[in-house]
Amino acid sequence: MDGIHDMGGMHGWGTVAIDPDEPVFRERWHGRAFAMGAMSMGLSGTNLDAFRHGLERLHPYEYLVDGYYGRWLACAETLLVDSGVLAPGAVEARARNLTGESVTEPDDVEENKPSYERGGAGSLREIHDEPAFSPGDGVRARNLRTEGHTRMPGYVRGRAGTVCAVRPSALLPDTNAHFEGENPQHVYTVEFDSAELWGPDAEAATLRIDLFESYLEAN
Amino acid sequence: MADSTNTAERLSPAVRAEALESLLAERGLVKSEVLDGFINRFVHDVGPMNGAKVVAKAWTDAEYRAQLLADGTGAIGQLGFAGPQGEHIVVVENSDDVHNVVVCTLCSCYPWPVLGLPPEWYKDPAYRSRMVREPRTLLSEMGLDLDDDVEVRVWDSSAENRYLVLPQRPEGTEDLSEEELASLVTRDAMVGVAKVGSD
Repeated sequence: MDGIHDMGGMHGWGTVAIDPDEPVFRERWHGRAFAMGAMSMGLSGTNLDAFRHGLERLHPYEYLVDGYYGRWLACAETLLVDSGVLAPGAVEARARNLTGESVTEPDDVEENKPSYERGGAGSLREIHDEPAFSPGDGVRARNLRTEGHTRMPGYVRGRAGTVCAVRPSALLPDTNAHFEGENPQHVYTVEFDSAELWGPDAEAATLRIDLFESYLEAN
Repeated sequence: MADSTNTAERLSPAVRAEALESLLAERGLVKSEVLDGFINRFVHDVGPMNGAKVVAKAWTDAEYRAQLLADGTGAIGQLGFAGPQGEHIVVVENSDDVHNVVVCTLCSCYPWPVLGLPPEWYKDPAYRSRMVREPRTLLSEMGLDLDDDVEVRVWDSSAENRYLVLPQRPEGTEDLSEEELASLVTRDAMVGVAKVGSD
């Protein structure tokens, strides 16, 4: 989906500062949010791709306002509510009660975990058909536009590059995130020249990115 | 889900986390000590000290280095480092001609088994947006100036492959042990936003 998460090439974010003394978790809740975020996939009967899509589906304000672990926390809540493990509004009501308000907490709802077939642990899957592309082949990233999940960033859409490696085949996040099947595919590292991506005045650089076979066409 | 941008009404993430944990705990779905264990693993056991051992070994053992570049996951697994976000690790080597740097524009994918959890700067929208577009400028702002004739190669980890940069071994370290070398290797050098210094 075209959302706030697809940040490659955006302007306006300023510069980057490294804090050499940064702890792993700056605040206690960061660690709790990280652990519960990681566990939310299993508890909601979903998967890593659904989790990433859950991050993307957050309102852009929610995505940004409390940083990385803020969005993990909000995403965990999204997945748990979608699956009926928690009722809509349950976290908000409990949080208000924890801060001294007295609000009625919603009743539990019926569980609604997704039902779909899994091809095993992790994301790598063996497939038997031959890769459509080989290192050295010219390819173009298709001009795909989906409102659902995808791992093709907008900035490579329609751009021409060269395959530089065939990686292990893996399930397709675009369908797995929506519980519509794993559809394992070949994965390629494709190299793009910066001028192809950003125009003739671009800084000289090469960009390498991993793209699923269905994202690509011969060029 | 709060879609309100009314900040006066907004609960802090700390209290929301506490609320979520209490709801899950009373349903028997999480235990506080299980969360503690998970958190402690990433605070104490999984971090850039793992990647530093891989790099130091590659610097001192040519056979291991060749293996690492051919099969990152296997060579790293030999040192006992594996786990989530390390299904397939590719090691890319810096040289006098090529400088590699890693980013994840779509989220913040990062090779956890060798580097731990990503630092704030890696997750910063400025890093995610600019590293693919103006890497040389951004690296310079982050303290790394590269010669004009060095190719900057940016890796956007958009699928499940995770990338680790093998930095160049600094000059004047010929007499150091593998352990001493490992102590020089930094997280930032293994992502590609710094070089390894000799002290």
